[in-house]
Amino acid sequence: MDFSFTRAQVLARDMARSFARTELAPFAQERDEQARFPAEVIAKMGSLGFMGMCIPREYGGSALDGVSYVLVIEELASACASTAIIVSVHNSVGVYPIYLMGSEEQKKKYVPDLAAGRKLGAFALTEPNVGSDPASIETSARSDGDFFIINGTKTFITSAGTSDTVIVMASTDRARRGRGISAFIVEKSFPGITVGTHENKLGIRASDTCELIFENCRVPRANLLGPEGAGLRAALNALGFGRVGVAAQAIGVARCAMEKAVHYSRERNQFGKPIGSFQAIQWMIADMATEIEAARLLTLRAAKLKDDGRPFATEGSMAKLFASETAMRTATKAVQIHGGYGCMKDYVVERCFRDAKVIEIYEGTSEIQRLIISGSVIKK
Amino acid sequence: MAPLSIIVTVKQVPDTNEVRIDPKTNSLMREGIPSILNPEDANAVEAALRLRDEHGGTVTAITMGPPQAEAVLEEVMCLGVDRAVLLSDRAFAGSDTLLTAFTLSRAVLKLKTFDLILCGRQAIDGDTAQVGPQLAGFLDIPQVTYAEEIVFVEGVFRIQRGLEHTRELVAARPPVLVTVNASGPVPRYGSLYALAGACSGEHIKLWSAKDLNLPASMLGLGASPTAVKKIFEPDRSVKGEVFEGSEKEMAAQLVARLRETGCL
Repeated sequence: MDFSFTRAQVLARDMARSFARTELAPFAQERDEQARFPAEVIAKMGSLGFMGMCIPREYGGSALDGVSYVLVIEELASACASTAIIVSVHNSVGVYPIYLMGSEEQKKKYVPDLAAGRKLGAFALTEPNVGSDPASIETSARSDGDFFIINGTKTFITSAGTSDTVIVMASTDRARRGRGISAFIVEKSFPGITVGTHENKLGIRASDTCELIFENCRVPRANLLGPEGAGLRAALNALGFGRVGVAAQAIGVARCAMEKAVHYSRERNQFGKPIGSFQAIQWMIADMATEIEAARLLTLRAAKLKDDGRPFATEGSMAKLFASETAMRTATKAVQIHGGYGCMKDYVVERCFRDAKVIEIYEGTSEIQRLIISGSVIKK
Repeated sequence: MAPLSIIVTVKQVPDTNEVRIDPKTNSLMREGIPSILNPEDANAVEAALRLRDEHGGTVTAITMGPPQAEAVLEEVMCLGVDRAVLLSDRAFAGSDTLLTAFTLSRAVLKLKTFDLILCGRQAIDGDTAQVGPQLAGFLDIPQVTYAEEIVFVEGVFRIQRGLEHTRELVAARPPVLVTVNASGPVPRYGSLYALAGACSGEHIKLWSAKDLNLPASMLGLGASPTAVKKIFEPDRSVKGEVFEGSEKEMAAQLVARLRETGCL
């Protein structure tokens, strides 16, 4: 069993680290406060190949493997979790499903612009009444000649306001529930789409999260992604890969919180010595480091399974569950180590704490991950 | 104007921010220390890429080192370098700056044509700043050191040198060798797009001593006229001196001490 990275994987990680330290970290706090979408940074990342990481070169992507992808996302998230999720959502559920499920025509039309970051992708599954149970989607798509007419409301959609294309899940046959859900590539310029409320969130604040309202939105039949009724399967596949990226994002946030806590525990003196010399603090840091390493190994394992063409849904869920809860525990301890300062907006750990909570919820809550994992274990 | 053919020399070095010296053996403790592209070589690469982007042509990177030094070539290819050569042979081990420059000069001659050779001013592991000038010497071409900015106008390189208190503008016709300072152009970010191509090995050549027709008398540690005898951390401790007496007496003592030490 080989735990070492290839030179290409190390190089991908180092390039992301260098970019994240210089371009993301210095402005992350300000973007969080102002809930400002990092458009200029995303444009730069597009030109550097961050927006089509796992897309083959022939479609304008960087052709990275899954392991490199998670290493890159961890680096980005360690500097700015919001930017990391914009990049992760775009890569995993904004572009990748089109590459995976799309016809040659769809791939040629949409993937190169998305992979180069000239356009931004989003993914719309969640609805006001539908979160963890996607089979009960209420948004409908009615066939009308060469078009489908979409009606309904999607909520909490990452990059909904800033994206150019959205992969929309809608029911084409309500009676068939999950098997009646289809996926559509919807251009935001299509008539009948309104961007609704921009959510004012607890964490991940620089990523724009909005409602999308479809009122008789006419989508060409040519934009049906995959066969009719195969949308939910496509969604779950895409989310499976997305979860591994979100796990990496959680590790980045946890690492950031730990690094800040370690730094603070060296500098803060109480009772005449650095607080890091007290066992109470040392034990917290030991737990942080151990859990982060365990989360990273789970995540890399899921990515490696994907690279090897093997099933990784359960391992991806385990990685997402453990990494996001690790991020929450680590950020909580990091705030605790900072004491009163940890509750102040001037300290990065305060942001990590808010970001970590969001990560435990999106792309499948901890409870849904446990459902997937237990389902797989009990079935065995 | 014909496109430019630019060669840039790069070196893989230990990240000296992380290196410690073993006080017992006086040797560098390299275990577990990450290897990086020498920082001023990154400035040289950036200078090369800017000239190529503006005037067209090719940038070829050369490095000399163990097989794992290929990593720095992959790194500079992610920055946009077109092709690269790794000079690697057990026989090169222990080469001092003179033999390194000689070996590099043979590789440059094997590449045939070039308009410009760019080198980082010095490497952070040895800090000699000798290889660039020695390479120009072996190739018998002019050299300009400490460059901060290089432009190419009407067949002439205009090079701004960054000296301690002044700037100097030098014009040089190709072929010329220029060493670049850390105050030179700021390196760009590597591109993930270029990664697959860079790591495919397709554009990186491996040349051994045999490929360069190097005589045994010009190879490695045995043939090197210089050798590092000892590495040590300089004693940077500064002792303060306290003068006592009246203000006048103390002032006199201070002036006397400053005269004694050559400060006045």
